[in-house]
Amino acid sequence: MAIKTEPITINMGPQHPSTHGVFRLRVTFDGEVVVDVEPVFGYLHRGTEKLAEERTYVQIVTLTDRLDYTASMSNNLAYVRSVEKLGGIEVPERARYLRVICAELQRIASHFISIGFMLQELGAFGTPLMYCFRERERILDLFEMLCGARITLSYMRPGGLIQDAPEDFWPALSILMESMPEYIDDLEGLVTSNEIVLARTRDVGIISPELAVNGSVTGPMLRASGVQWDLRKANPYEVYDRLEFDVPIGYQGDTYDRYLVRVQEMRESLRIIEQCVEQIPEGPIQSEAPFFVRPPVGDVYDSIEAPKGELGFYLVSDGGISPYRCKIRAPSFINLTLLKDMLVGWKLADLVVIFGSTDVVLGEVDR
Amino acid sequence: MTKLFVGTELAKVIELNHPDSVADHSDAAVIVHTGQIHKVLAFLKQADDLDFQVLSALTAVDYIQHFEVIYHLLSMRRNTSCVIKVRLPGREELAIPSVTDLWRGAELQEREIWDLMGIKFEDHPNMKRILLWEGFPGHPLRKDFIR
Repeated sequence: MAIKTEPITINMGPQHPSTHGVFRLRVTFDGEVVVDVEPVFGYLHRGTEKLAEERTYVQIVTLTDRLDYTASMSNNLAYVRSVEKLGGIEVPERARYLRVICAELQRIASHFISIGFMLQELGAFGTPLMYCFRERERILDLFEMLCGARITLSYMRPGGLIQDAPEDFWPALSILMESMPEYIDDLEGLVTSNEIVLARTRDVGIISPELAVNGSVTGPMLRASGVQWDLRKANPYEVYDRLEFDVPIGYQGDTYDRYLVRVQEMRESLRIIEQCVEQIPEGPIQSEAPFFVRPPVGDVYDSIEAPKGELGFYLVSDGGISPYRCKIRAPSFINLTLLKDMLVGWKLADLVVIFGSTDVVLGEVDR
Repeated sequence: MTKLFVGTELAKVIELNHPDSVADHSDAAVIVHTGQIHKVLAFLKQADDLDFQVLSALTAVDYIQHFEVIYHLLSMRRNTSCVIKVRLPGREELAIPSVTDLWRGAELQEREIWDLMGIKFEDHPNMKRILLWEGFPGHPLRKDFIR
């Protein structure tokens, strides 16, 4: 006998342990199955783009720290690159290498958070997350050596970096580099072929490659769907064209592939850092850029491959000391476009896992 | 390296297929008439030798005399990008056709522009405010917005 059910609408969030911040989902269920999803944003909207119009180009670096607060280095890099492109500012070679080292360390740290929280949402409460956080702490310690901050770094400036890495940094980095592959093996040993993880994530929340491209999805989510697109390869910035690395892709586009792509990307990041440490030259780390950058009138769009996807800044200059318009193309925000396509038809418990695998940071979504 | 499709060349291609649709062009961008924008973008997406399958970014700028809506398109297959702009004169009742039927990726970005800049996108499936709440006075990214 079929049981008659009535659709019921419930709220997930804004205060919910699994929503990575203040994110609200209005979900309609038929029994336990999701039939409709409406994301509600804006609880963390601080008006970053408006604030940027009233600050000098250097001051805006501090605003970018607070976008994706798990990947401040990448945000800094994307922003300063746009300013340099707009103002035609040169960057010394050593600074370029240090920037790549920082961005890749940040990618590892960000992917740790992403994987840790996804496992937490699978029901592995606490322990795997703390394993990931333990290793992330060690990366944050390195950042502390570089600039004194751990989360809101503001390490980069148009034209270079605020200061060179201290002498202690290099031995500390090599210790981290030695132990990290082993740690990633440990994590993979616990998770990658774990029966519960496989049962809960295989074939769950699939995005087809056509849909992913059409929905402007970028980053590990796009590559998990089997599309080989990485801005580090397609449009090499800084020194990526001199480095050897592979772009891991998935085949199914399901939740498991998104996890797998992130783990493999962490290994590739280690390879990149290793090569950078070998190749980095001596020299200055800051070019003679003026403190009040006054780019010529014009507009520019520049993007980098941040841990979450394509992070771009569209800057319009009117010749003054602050930008006329500063648009932020936030990857987490645009990756949420296909949230409904991923969730409809799955059960409540899957909803949490699929949402976890999108790796959303609300500081970037709401800006 | 992603190659930027030079605006002057792209303008010629567009003019060839859709006469009288280009309002202005420079090396960096092509400015298209508002009425023709949907047709031109559909052409850029579908033409095999252009193949702009991805809308990487969509934004708007308030230039006081007029608003500008900017489409950053990308072709992953050919590794090329291009910039298409539309100028909307005036400040009230601004509207432009939605491109959500071409690129699903425009859904949230068009809602954001309506919310913060006050430009309506016609035929958008869910044209509501996104970051601010319904009933918020004004559109904060406009230059004449007073806190």
